Amino acid sequence: MKPFTYERPTTPAAAAAAVTRRPDAKFIAGGTNLLDLMKLQIETPGHLVDVQDLRLDTIEATDDGGLRIGARVTNTALASDPRVRRDYGVLARAILAGASGQLRNKATTAGNLLQRTRCPYFYDTYQPCNKRQPGSGCAAIGGYGRPLAVIGGSDACIATHPSDMAVALRLLDARVETVTADGTTRAIPIADFHRLPGDTPHVETALARGELITAVTLPKPLGGTHVYRKVRDRASYAFALVSVAAVIRPDGTGRVALGGVAPKPWRAEAAEAELPSGAKAVADALLAGARPTADNAFKLPLVERTIAAAISDARE
Amino acid sequence: MNVTLTVNGETRSAEVPPETTLLVFLREYLNLTGAKTGCDIGDCGACTVILDGKAVNACLMLAAQADGRDVITIEGLATREGLHPLQKVFEETGALQCGFCGPGVILSAKALLDENPAPSKQEIRNALAGNLCRCTGYVKMIDGIQEVAETMRSVPTPALPAASKGEQKHG
Ligand SMILES: Cc1cc2nc3c(=O)[nH]c(=O)nc-3n(C[C@H](O)[C@H](O)[C@H](O)COP(=O)(O)OP(=O)(O)OC[C@H]3O[C@@H](n4cnc5c(N)ncnc54)[C@H](O)[C@@H]3O)c2cc1C
Ligand code: SF4
Repeated sequence: MKPFTYERPTTPAAAAAAVTRRPDAKFIAGGTNLLDLMKLQIETPGHLVDVQDLRLDTIEATDDGGLRIGARVTNTALASDPRVRRDYGVLARAILAGASGQLRNKATTAGNLLQRTRCPYFYDTYQPCNKRQPGSGCAAIGGYGRPLAVIGGSDACIATHPSDMAVALRLLDARVETVTADGTTRAIPIADFHRLPGDTPHVETALARGELITAVTLPKPLGGTHVYRKVRDRASYAFALVSVAAVIRPDGTGRVALGGVAPKPWRAEAAEAELPSGAKAVADALLAGARPTADNAFKLPLVERTIAAAISDARE
Repeated sequence: MNVTLTVNGETRSAEVPPETTLLVFLREYLNLTGAKTGCDIGDCGACTVILDGKAVNACLMLAAQADGRDVITIEGLATREGLHPLQKVFEETGALQCGFCGPGVILSAKALLDENPAPSKQEIRNALAGNLCRCTGYVKMIDGIQEVAETMRSVPTPALPAASKGEQKHG
């Protein structure tokens, strides 16, 4: 790791100010993604601002019947919260489908949303990568594309967003609450939080520099049966090739979001109108305009089958 | 910078550069080499320690982040009276072969049993999913952990380090 300085402020505004002040500063939460990338010198912050003393680690009921999840609530705490397990089962299941117990004990709500891609060329500092080094090119296009995106990518980048948790949050219409150094707060709908790569794949979210995530809110429970199905190369402890988050109501209507196929959690509200017609209609509508590579074209039929499996899980 | 934490019930501190991971802090500054350096990227689990009651990878955490917190390493399990029941059953049944994953596996198991005294086989498997063992196939570990859970439930509390009995704080 490149040398850096470290501080632990005690208020969100002070933390936001500390990162805003120094262009080379970053927040650190669980550190499970950032430190990994710092060891490889893919990230080289000169200053780290630790969020652990900001008191952002509680889960509270909101006035409109939903939940406010503090940015530093760990993935373990979130997945084991009785209200989450009862009312937002898809979120608990998505979290438990990711990483390992030890990692979930450290990984936080905000850090999970902001984890960076697992594109193998992003990790290989000898390869061109527009996300790691803007303007250097993309080794994945024309390279080994198996894990990469089939939709939403661009001529500059076809990486996927690796988070399982984010797919469930997209399904649930979560909002991301933030604060900036001058105390301004806002709530960003999760659909607008992650950005598609376009020609600036290094810009991954709607956050401004130094903007601190303070919480993620969930609207009131949706009801229905909650399913998270993750298909991967081994049964535990691997990233999704395809994942499906779904809430299915007894009348067959519901919601579907996909992971592992796009640069952000992939959901198309219009596709959900097709749910009563079955998995093929939903998959076709969700993946209209897909541009797979030779290596990852298998993801298209896999999406359809995984949606079919999710629908049948929900009926059981 | 100064880092001060409780390790196996004792206050320990050292002056370290900020880029020191908790794993390097334990191994190189405190000479506690029980937590192993394996992949160093959170994959293998050989560096597992218990932080404020939860199993974590010491390689993906800064020592500075652990400042003021409570850590248990494998060195903190045995007492003058003898090995921790998990260590004992692993030794008696040959649940480890090369042993490199052992400290991490035992601490993941201890963190599980501290929270869940009667885990199912599947719950034990889930708790060990972040500890890669390339020798054993896990079967004797899982049986051993279940056996310890049963005996610990049936006898009065065995001798454990003070730190693991107290209230768990989440700092
Ligand atoms: C071996 C391994 C396997 C994994 N498998 C999976 C998997 O199967 N599925 C999955 O979804 N994930 C997986 N992960 C990823 C894991 O979920 C993430 O590393 C974790 O969620 C990141 O959270 P963190 O708190 O540790 O973030 P950090 O590493 O601390 O931070 C990540 C980023 O978020 C920023 N940040 C953190 N908090 C804030 C805040 N409050 N406001 C603004 N910015 C902030 C940091 O600056 C940094 O850029 C795996 C990780 C490893 C190492
Ligand atoms: S797909 Fe994106 S992350 Fe992967 S090499 Fe290309 S630009 Fe980099």
